[in-house]
Amino acid sequence: MNERILMCGNEALAEAAILAGCDAYFGYPITPQNEIPAYMSRRMPEEGRVFVQSESELAAINMVFGASATGKRTMTSSSSPGISLMQEGISYLAGAELPAVVVNVMRGGPGLGNISPAQSDYFQATRGGGHGDYRTIVFGPSSVQELVDCMTLAFDLADQYRMTVVVLADGILGQMMEPIVLEKKPSRELPAKDWALTGAKGREQNIVRSLWLGEGVLEKHNNKLKAKYEQIEKNEVLCEQYEVDDAEIIVVAYGVAARIVRGAVARAREEGIKVGWIRPITLWPFPTEQISRAADEFRIFLTVEMSTGQMVEDVKLAVAGKAPVLLHGRPGGGVPTVDELLGKIKQLTLKKSR
Amino acid sequence: MRTVFKRTPTLKDCPTHYCPGCGHGIAHRLIAETIDELDIHGRTIGIAPVGCAVLAYDYLDVDMIEVAHGRAPAVATGMKRTNPDKIIFSYQGDGDLAAIGTAEIIHAAHRAEQITVIFINNAVFGMTGGQMAPTTIIDQVTATTPKGRNPAAEGYPLQVSEILALLPGAIYVERCALSSASQVRKAKKAIKHAFELQANNAKGLSLVELLSACPVYWRMTPAESMQWIEKEMTKVFPLECLKDSE
Repeated sequence: MNERILMCGNEALAEAAILAGCDAYFGYPITPQNEIPAYMSRRMPEEGRVFVQSESELAAINMVFGASATGKRTMTSSSSPGISLMQEGISYLAGAELPAVVVNVMRGGPGLGNISPAQSDYFQATRGGGHGDYRTIVFGPSSVQELVDCMTLAFDLADQYRMTVVVLADGILGQMMEPIVLEKKPSRELPAKDWALTGAKGREQNIVRSLWLGEGVLEKHNNKLKAKYEQIEKNEVLCEQYEVDDAEIIVVAYGVAARIVRGAVARAREEGIKVGWIRPITLWPFPTEQISRAADEFRIFLTVEMSTGQMVEDVKLAVAGKAPVLLHGRPGGGVPTVDELLGKIKQLTLKKSR
Repeated sequence: MRTVFKRTPTLKDCPTHYCPGCGHGIAHRLIAETIDELDIHGRTIGIAPVGCAVLAYDYLDVDMIEVAHGRAPAVATGMKRTNPDKIIFSYQGDGDLAAIGTAEIIHAAHRAEQITVIFINNAVFGMTGGQMAPTTIIDQVTATTPKGRNPAAEGYPLQVSEILALLPGAIYVERCALSSASQVRKAKKAIKHAFELQANNAKGLSLVELLSACPVYWRMTPAESMQWIEKEMTKVFPLECLKDSE
């Protein structure tokens, strides 16, 4: 279907997953992503695919582990507290090198928090909330179309690199309706899954494991994972920037915060303020190079996040002390307004001219 | 000279790491024989637990997966739902199934997942050094019950098979023991029945509980351990077919 249709983020990403060939969805209800399991419960059987409402998020991620191990494309979705429960499973997926897609429709935290949108799971997603040395690819789309587009990419990257891809949406993106085009995107060339558990007929047994007790074996395995992650850092960064060349202030934001920033920056430019923005689309791998290059000229970096400051640390690392990095954070379900950000940008302009 | 008995092909020809007198070796052999006799080797996938049998894939020559502690029934659900033609079995100890994994086994049974579960009950946590298990019996001394299990503080031993038999989705639940030749023969029949049910697409979960010796942490000789299973464990965990609804 190439016509533009109106769909809410949660349902759109579910349909996009189906288009991308998701064989199985396992999930547990949690606000604000309940539309996803409900939609999947109707659509997956229509397509002859698997849907299971699990007894917990813990069970869901383990069902994903099982289906993935047999070579299937599989995903789960949840929101912040449920994603915390999945951390054990994500660590196991990383150690066993199994592909999976995990959607986190972020809400306020910590603890039970609230059901309003937030961006306070950045650390959990990019620093790996589970134990051990591992990474997950992380997307931070900022429109329903981008959310849809990154679902195919998510499944492809998961299969290509044999790892978990986390798609970070939030309560706004999940609920909001936007006109989108839903179409089956061409897939990358992907390696065959000859490691998958399909029954050892006519071949040696395949073993999917993450335990390596032999002397030096786990160290070797970890270095192999590290080399894989370095490949991804080299090849898979996605980032957008706007009016950066002459900017005296660069605003860095992702997801729904980036949309609000876009509005504020447009207004500021109208008033003659030299401001631009950099929008990471992959949060891991982080666009370190792009931000570092932008910091070669002295300018102020303002990070806008719906948290008390998480991505700002990655911005600071990228800027590496070449320029000041400031934060405008709204945690616990707070959402900044265009006026608020415009005010902040103007404040910084005054500061700079003193 | 004719061969009257030989190693069954699915049981790898290598020494195991299990302790002398441990029941895992017997259980592995019974499963391997079942897989070979039913000729399902090419489509069987096994799930190894966290516990002494974590390396079961080194002994059973089928496709196998190692999963997080207690999560096997959820992993099995993911595997079976997406591959209904494969035989999926999990092999779990009493920590895996009766402690951390109680939600997963109950819900897999509740959903009538068409999988086979082999539950090794040795009344103790072996791998981690002999701590109390939910199946530890009253007055049994373990690393975390130095004065013996006291129901007032530690509760009573958990009878998982009895609980599961109450669920409509659990279609076959039987408890056997690996304590003597005749008991082992009965256990083999039960295990074979459990796998056959799945091979014939029976609509539900089958579980065979096997009372198994842990001489090291029971602080007994292997011979004493076999006696202890038959004299003491069966008082709490009676050997019987709790359900066979097919």
